[in-house]
Formats: sequence, structure tokens, C-alpha cells
Amino acid sequence: MSARNISTRKIFTGPARLSAIVPYIWMVLFFLVPFGFVLKISLSQTVIAQPPYAPVFDLTAGWAALKAAFTALSLDNFRLLVSDDLYVLSYVRSLIVALASTAMLLVIGYPIAYGMARLPRRWQGIAMMLVIVPFWTSFLIRIYAWINILQHDGLLNRLLLALHVVSEPVVWLSTDSAMYLGIVYSYLPFMILPLYATLAKMDPALEEAGADLGASPLQVFWLVTFPLSLPGVAAGVLLCFIPIVGEFVIPDLLAGSDSLMIGQTLWLEFFTNKDWPVASSVAVVLLVLLLVPLLVYDRLQRRQLEEAG
Amino acid sequence: MEGGAGLAPDMPLLRIEGVAKSFGSFRAVNGVSLDIRAGEFFALLGPSGCGKTTLLRMLAGFETPDAGRILLDGRDIAQVLPHQRPVNMMFQNYALFPHLSVRDNIAFGLKRARLSRADIAARVAEMMALVKLEGLETRKPDQLSGGQRQRVALARSLARRPQLLLLDEPLAALDKKLRERTQFELMEVQRRLGMTFIIVTHDQEEAMTVASRIGVMDAGRLDQVATPRELYEAPRSRWIAEFVGDINLFEGEVASRTRNRLTVTTRDAGSLVAAEPRNAVSKPTVFVAIRPEKIRLSSCVPAVDGGGASAVNRLEGVVTDVSYLGGTTTYKLKLESGAVIRASMANTTRLDMDAYGPGHRMVAWFAPEDCVVLEQ
Repeated sequence: MSARNISTRKIFTGPARLSAIVPYIWMVLFFLVPFGFVLKISLSQTVIAQPPYAPVFDLTAGWAALKAAFTALSLDNFRLLVSDDLYVLSYVRSLIVALASTAMLLVIGYPIAYGMARLPRRWQGIAMMLVIVPFWTSFLIRIYAWINILQHDGLLNRLLLALHVVSEPVVWLSTDSAMYLGIVYSYLPFMILPLYATLAKMDPALEEAGADLGASPLQVFWLVTFPLSLPGVAAGVLLCFIPIVGEFVIPDLLAGSDSLMIGQTLWLEFFTNKDWPVASSVAVVLLVLLLVPLLVYDRLQRRQLEEAG
Repeated sequence: MEGGAGLAPDMPLLRIEGVAKSFGSFRAVNGVSLDIRAGEFFALLGPSGCGKTTLLRMLAGFETPDAGRILLDGRDIAQVLPHQRPVNMMFQNYALFPHLSVRDNIAFGLKRARLSRADIAARVAEMMALVKLEGLETRKPDQLSGGQRQRVALARSLARRPQLLLLDEPLAALDKKLRERTQFELMEVQRRLGMTFIIVTHDQEEAMTVASRIGVMDAGRLDQVATPRELYEAPRSRWIAEFVGDINLFEGEVASRTRNRLTVTTRDAGSLVAAEPRNAVSKPTVFVAIRPEKIRLSSCVPAVDGGGASAVNRLEGVVTDVSYLGGTTTYKLKLESGAVIRASMANTTRLDMDAYGPGHRMVAWFAPEDCVVLEQ
């Protein structure tokens, strides 16, 4: 490395180290410690008391009491999760909904991002604004707006009736279709933006080179554009998939009540059943499930960095 | 797709007829006509924004001309899509596919041409040998040096054996030494394959080194098409004379015309005699142009010189600046009129260093035959 590199490294040693530590402190304080609480509660038993679980660690009660509290922890709640269909089905439904809606998001978001990236420069900023503008309105209000549109005498049914497409109102609300519509609508920017970022910085000469070497426009897309946009695809997929698995508001407001996503189950355990330990164990399992795609993504990114280096 | 096969001898491989292209109100290419024969190494030379790259992109099919025809082998390809043309291009920054290995980059075009697997492997091996890259088949482009990437790009564009190879500033990203070596390798490859190459460059030295003919472009027009020697020794306009190489210009009025000699009264250098230009001068105001290396210098007035007449143009001045360039030394000479001329001398011996330093009074002289008379 050049001399300049070495000297910059020296200059920034102190502050660089500090700035590297800050996120770790943040993670420990606001993620790891709370997670420790949740993990501990998930190993506890529910009781009708304040707090609604036992045992409680009391640091003032002495060593023996603390030891007794430790031995009272058990995996009972996790056994319940695998033995009761309710939870397994919720997890499975969450994963299926997340997979299906992420696939829809990719199919809808990719052409939009591609089109945006091919717009003349001065139009790209405007297109980007249009994608971001819905964020200026509260997410809840936007979902309630969809309820208005989809309900029995809502906008959609009135329009269909006026156009004589249907003879009587169609049930849209409280269906899976309404839920998917809500999810795709809400998460689309999270799919479009990373895809757009990857596609916009791609050298247009690469696609020209593909065409020049005899590839049809479709071949250019599949052999050049798409493989090179995979980092953006991975980012968009994860940005959508992970929060959708734990989604609570959209299925609660737009889907029917016959089957629940895991976020709804968790809410029920916590607020309706007041069973903190089971709710906590549901959360812990959810987190472990979501770690899998995150680790895969991390591995992919690291491999890419290694190849680039 | 073998280049030039079955072509009538008088028909050029490529004929560009009145091609024009505008972007909005900007006329990038403004009525260019040009014939290129099979097997030629042709250079499009011009400053940035002169339209040379746009013209090349129209040959590749990335731009569609607003007007005119592009005949390749007698067929108008102006509207043919890029992937259906028997033309390949080597891109300025190579545009290698970063996700594919060297082998797959070179094989990309061959697979599209539906060659058999064995043929593809053979052709890739042949190309790797041609550009001396054996052993690097499995590398990714970002694991290669700049020079190696340039070779992969060349191999990839040659692999389909195009009738016409377009090279867009192919050496601009290389350092000077490597660029010079690669110029000769390009010529060698072109000669060996007998293909037709069209190179776009803003570097006149590069154009003169590699090309057998050069088209100089300015403001969307083709100003002169000539061999490197013609372009340098007989530029058609003042602009070309100044763009290609270094030149001294003296503006003046034609005073008399005798025995194919033109006497011009110049503002800066008095009366100069030049050989009558091939295309007769019509306007009274002309430029007498002389290349620096055609001016001879000495510290005293040459008493005797070979041929006598060669010393007709004689200028006296004071050396103001000396630039030693190794092979040659360039002197700046301030004339009595205040004008500064440049003269360069070949350093044919090791001694004689700094013979004429700044402040030295010198005489510069040059032959009428070495002058070029140009109109504005």
C-alpha cells in the first residue's frame, strides 16, 4: 500500500476505533439486553401476579434464592409451541405469506425499478419521489384507506357496480387477497429502492456489449442485467421478507380471522391471554427463524466482497 | 462471416452515405459520407464531441441515423438491431461482464451464435492464444490488470469473426508505455486476421501509428480523409494542420505568383515563399504553415546551402525557451516582430548539449517546398 494510505490509517486510528465501538454499545444496550429479558421470560411460568411470570430474579435475596430461581426456569413453553398446532400453523402461514408476497413484490417491483433506472436522469428524481411520497402519510391511515376502498359499499364495489362488471357487491375485505394487496402495497418501496439503486449504477455499456455480441433483448436481460442486479434483489427480498413474517397490522385489519400469522398469535398471547412467557417464547422462535435468511445474506455478501477484493 | 468474402473488387466493404444524427437540437453527426475497403485499418480522429463516437455507435447499431444509409457488404444496416449485425465492438472501458470468467466473456458471443460446444472451446482457446492470455481462463475481470482486461475485451470482440470490428478509444485506459506496445499488437492482430478495423480516437499519434487511413472529424463533419502522411504533410485546413501535430502559422496576403511559387507578405515574418498548393488558392488572405521539424536553425546565416533556393525563407530571432525531449529538442524563437515560432531539431549525437541556450541569437530557415499554404 502507498505511504498515503498508511498515514491516513494512523490518523484515524483513535476515532475510527471509537466509532466502531458505538454501534456495538447500541446493540448491547438496546438489543441484546432486552433480548436477554425476553429470553428469560420465555423460560419462566405464567402466574397471576405482578409481574405475570415466575420466577423473578431478585438480586437482593441472596445467592441461594438466585440459584433456586435459575433451577425454576424450564423449556415448557417451547414444548408447548411444537405440540400445539396453533403455533406451528401460524409460523407456517407467516412463512408462506411472506414468501408469496415477497415473490409478488419482486415481480411487480423489478420492472418498476428497471423502468426508473432507464428514465432520463432528470426524471429519475421525480420517480424516486413518487415511490417515497406514500411514507408521508401514516401507514395506519393508508391501511384504513384500503378498508374504505375494499369494504362492502366501498369505492371498488361501487365502481364495479356502476360499470356493470358485477351485479352485486363482491366480498373483498377480510380475505387473503385483501391482505396480499395491503402487504404488496405497503412494502413495494422497500423492494423498489434497493433494486433501483443496483440497476441505476450498472454500466449501460454492459447491456450494449451483450447486444453487440448477439444477445436478443430478452437474453441480455437474463444473461447480463439480472445476474448483475442480484445484490439488489437479495437486499430487496430480505428487506421485505423479514418484516412481513412478523407482520401484525395488515393481516389483522385486512385478512379474515380464520387463520393467523405469527404476529397476530403473539399479540393474542400477550394482550388477550396475558401469557407473557408463551408470547416471549413465540418471539424467540421467530427471531431464530429470521436469523437463517440473515446469515445466508451475510455469507453471500462476504463472498462477494472477497471476490471483489 | 469471414470478412470481405465474395465482395466485388470495386465495392467498399462499408459505405456510409449522408449519415446524420441529432440529439435534441445538437447535431452530433452532420452528413457524413465515407467508404471503407475490406482489410483496412481506419481511424476516426477528432476532439471530444466531434461526433466520432456517435458515428461509431451508429455502425454498431446503438444509435439509429436520422438520415442517410449505412451499407455493409451492399446491405443497408442502418435499421438493423445491434444483435443482428455482423459487426462487433470493443468498448472504451471494455464493458467486460464482471460476473463471468474470462472464458465465459469470450464465449458469450459464440454461444449466442449457437456454435457447438467443441467449436466454442476451440475458438476460445484460439482467441486466448491470439491475445496471449493462456492460463487466465477462470479469472474474473476484476482479478486482471488493466492491460489483461484490454486483451480480454479484444478477444471477446474478435471471437465472432465480425466483418467489421469497431474500437472505441480501446487504449485510452492504458498508461503510455503499455499503450504504445498495444498499438503495435493491434496492428499485428489486424494484419494476421485480415479483418477490417475502425478505431475511434482523440489521440492523433495513436491514429497515425495504427491506421492506414484517417478521417478527421470536427463538429459532426468529416473534414479530411487521408493517409497519415498526407494528413500531416498536406492538411486541407488550418484547423487540421493545428489538430494533427505541431505547426507554425503565418497569416499574410498573396503578393505574387511565379514559377509555381507563391510569395506571401506576412505580418509576423516578412515575405515568405511557398510552393504553390495543390488546390489553388483563391482568397487573398492565406496562412503559410511550416512544421517545427522542417525548420533548420543555426547561429549564423548559412553562407552556402544545398540547392541555394532552400534558404529563401530566413527568419532571425532570439531563443526564449529550450525543451529537451530526448530524441528531439524544441526551441522557441522570438522574432523581431514579437511572434514566437517553434523549431525542433533531432538530437543525432550525444554531445553538442545545450548548444543554443536562451538569449542566443539564431537564424531559422526553411525551404518553400516544406511550407503548406492554407486558407482559413
